Amino acid sequence: MGLLVAQLLAGLANAAALFLVASGLSLIFGVTRIVNFAHGSLYMLGAYCGYTALQYLTGPLGFWAAALAAAVAVGLFGLLVECLILRRLYKAPELFQLVATFGVVLVVQDLTLMLWGAEDLLGPRAPGLDRAVMLFGQPVPEYDLALIAVAPLVLLGLWLLMTKTRAGILIRAATQDREMVGALGINQSLLFSGVFFLGAALAGLGGALQLPKGGADLTLDLGILAPAFVVVVIGGMGSIGGAFVAAVLISVVNVFGVLYLPESTLVLMYVVMAVVLLVRPHGLFGRAELQAGPPAAGIPDRPLAPLGPRWRTAALALIGLLAVLPLIGSDFALVLATDIVVLALFAASLHFMLSLGGLISFGHAALFGGGAYAAALAVTYAETPMELALLLAPLAGGWLAFAIGWFCLRLTGVYFAMLTLAFAQLLWSLAFQWTEVTGGDDGLIGIWPAAWASDGTVYYYLTIVLGGGAILMLRHLAHSPFGYALRAARDSEKRARVSGIRVDRVRLAAMVVSGTMAGLAGGLFVFSKGSVFPSALEIARSFDALIMVFLGGVDALGGPLVGAAALTLLQDWLSRLESWRLLLGLAVIAIVLLAPTGIAGFAGRLLRRREAS
Amino acid sequence: MLEVAAVNSFYGKAHILFDVSFSVGKGEAVALLGRNGAGKSTVLKSILQLVRPESGKVLFEGRDITRLPPHRIARLGLGYVPEERRIFADLTVSENLEVGRQPARTGLPLWTPERLFELFPNLAERRNALGGTLSGGEQQMLTIARTLMGNPRLLLLDEPSEGIAPVIVEQMARTIRALKDAGVTVLLSEQNLRFARTVAERALIIDSGHIRFDGSFVDLEADAEISASYLAV
Repeated sequence: MGLLVAQLLAGLANAAALFLVASGLSLIFGVTRIVNFAHGSLYMLGAYCGYTALQYLTGPLGFWAAALAAAVAVGLFGLLVECLILRRLYKAPELFQLVATFGVVLVVQDLTLMLWGAEDLLGPRAPGLDRAVMLFGQPVPEYDLALIAVAPLVLLGLWLLMTKTRAGILIRAATQDREMVGALGINQSLLFSGVFFLGAALAGLGGALQLPKGGADLTLDLGILAPAFVVVVIGGMGSIGGAFVAAVLISVVNVFGVLYLPESTLVLMYVVMAVVLLVRPHGLFGRAELQAGPPAAGIPDRPLAPLGPRWRTAALALIGLLAVLPLIGSDFALVLATDIVVLALFAASLHFMLSLGGLISFGHAALFGGGAYAAALAVTYAETPMELALLLAPLAGGWLAFAIGWFCLRLTGVYFAMLTLAFAQLLWSLAFQWTEVTGGDDGLIGIWPAAWASDGTVYYYLTIVLGGGAILMLRHLAHSPFGYALRAARDSEKRARVSGIRVDRVRLAAMVVSGTMAGLAGGLFVFSKGSVFPSALEIARSFDALIMVFLGGVDALGGPLVGAAALTLLQDWLSRLESWRLLLGLAVIAIVLLAPTGIAGFAGRLLRRREAS
Repeated sequence: MLEVAAVNSFYGKAHILFDVSFSVGKGEAVALLGRNGAGKSTVLKSILQLVRPESGKVLFEGRDITRLPPHRIARLGLGYVPEERRIFADLTVSENLEVGRQPARTGLPLWTPERLFELFPNLAERRNALGGTLSGGEQQMLTIARTLMGNPRLLLLDEPSEGIAPVIVEQMARTIRALKDAGVTVLLSEQNLRFARTVAERALIIDSGHIRFDGSFVDLEADAEISASYLAV
């Protein structure tokens, strides 16, 4: 009994920081419709700022003052991000917002490293609350009890703000119909900035308050992101009360998981999420997204055209160049080129569902890593020959896509995106924690190509034939009736339905196609590296795919290829520099703001302009 | 009060309004008539800059408001009541009114929730009900009341009689006349000629994005051809 109560209290205490982060995320999403991937970074900044503030503020009052100061500092930083970057992107497609906030993640990582160094910082104990009290015969830290009190207080404060003040009423109104709020004379920019400040401050407060429990380190940002997403999804997007309930649920499940199922702690919350979503697809307190006003009149897409003679020549020239590369290039160039082709296929598979299907996945690494692990596991445990393993990889990717799609496709837009991320994290946790099978963090090694393909040049050609063939196949599919149906469903779901297109099936099929290709990319990746690690499934990998698609340009079919080349070369070049994350992040943000059609789209526009004149 | 000069508006690449020009004088009530898809709503949205005209100008009390953000225009005293009503379904009636609240304007009556509840007694009974639970007629009342909370000098009403019961249409007509008597200038879009005639003294007819007629209802009725070609279904 005593142990149970102690565990329960520990869970409730852990819920505080999670709730603070998730409520800010939910609030920002509710009003601005931006999924702020940098929210974990704000949490991390809160921890570091709190640490610094505590150098100057001492005593029990000083501790809480420091936490508040950290919250305000992070809130101001959030305000800066909103004013400089996000404000220009409210009307842009979700992908742009996402890529921009991920750029912020990269920038904050390096800024934090520069300002506070790489060493983990030990959190100081909270003065006045540094002992434990005995409850039911078990010691419970006083600070835990304080945290347990903080979360409901913040919830109460937010509730009062949202229901009793004019600002809160305006925020709730803007959550439902932003344009109408503007038409009634409310300055939306001011409202959005205010919400962003508040959301960021909540994340910062969360980071500062967990200092005595966990200290500050550079992995806090992406570490809190997935749990915060899960909490927002379980609670229902935009629902602060839901975020509270879900944060408590997840944290309590987690501490009991540590007690009884120590092997599966990371997986557990995703299982809870899956169960909740099976019963309530929009979360505990969420509801189906309201159509906020009439759909915006978009610029009609240029129809997809078959390649003109000029592009055909360019494509042939590229193939020719790739064919003779082993003769003219160095070994290193060959390795880079292999990487580029693999990544291009990975990006093209995402591009297929994202651009043609309008299905933005934040967790595309699940399919890539799934394929990679399928091939590696087959080789490790069944001594499967490479040829068969390379067949297994796309099959596994396709099946995974089917399973994930079955769950996620009931939701649309960012809900779909967040769910896919959660599933990718589920697979990542499996690979990371199921050590007996997957090797955990040590990965699976010794996965080399068959003897005939063991030479780098031969494997390079194999990659080009399989990868290039798959890319061409995706391109072909885009121009097939299936591709038309997919685009019709993207542009007008209702109209597609009444035209006899079975939208759900078409989308699921598109996901399976995409998963198959991503799985193949994963398979090719494993044999080119000889190993696979959980990093093949991590969030950063999913982002690589999104950034490649974005860099190449969403509307250009050749974009993924350009994007893969750009990202690989950029990373190779930048990673020689000290603060490459900062530079990459700034570059990504600059491209979002300045050349939103991506590199290929930009080049295409220049070409068309020249042809027109 | 309002001057629309040679406005051209687009939805994406579709050209919707062609050189639309007209004016509304202070204290007038003007009806913008036309069939479905003629461009009525787009005219109102182009005035408030919810749709940005590609060319042309909109002047409000002599001031060029083209390219101003909608909230600045609303604050100048231009109230907009959208056709789709767009009330905030998760907010109570009182909270919906609060969103519309703007400071008082000189020379115009100050609208308070209490005064609006007198004007719309049905709303008074339901002041704590969620907007989403109101009937169509009540929602239409609420959307007008919400806009009135901004104390507008000029009220743009997009098809106020659409989709509500005949009894409520009567009440709506009385309300609009009362607003006019209180000094509010009104521009409303309508398909219902009978309704428009009971509240407005001047008619504009729009068809395929072109203004085809601008004159009194007496002149309009004298010209059987015009109403036959642009209004009759």
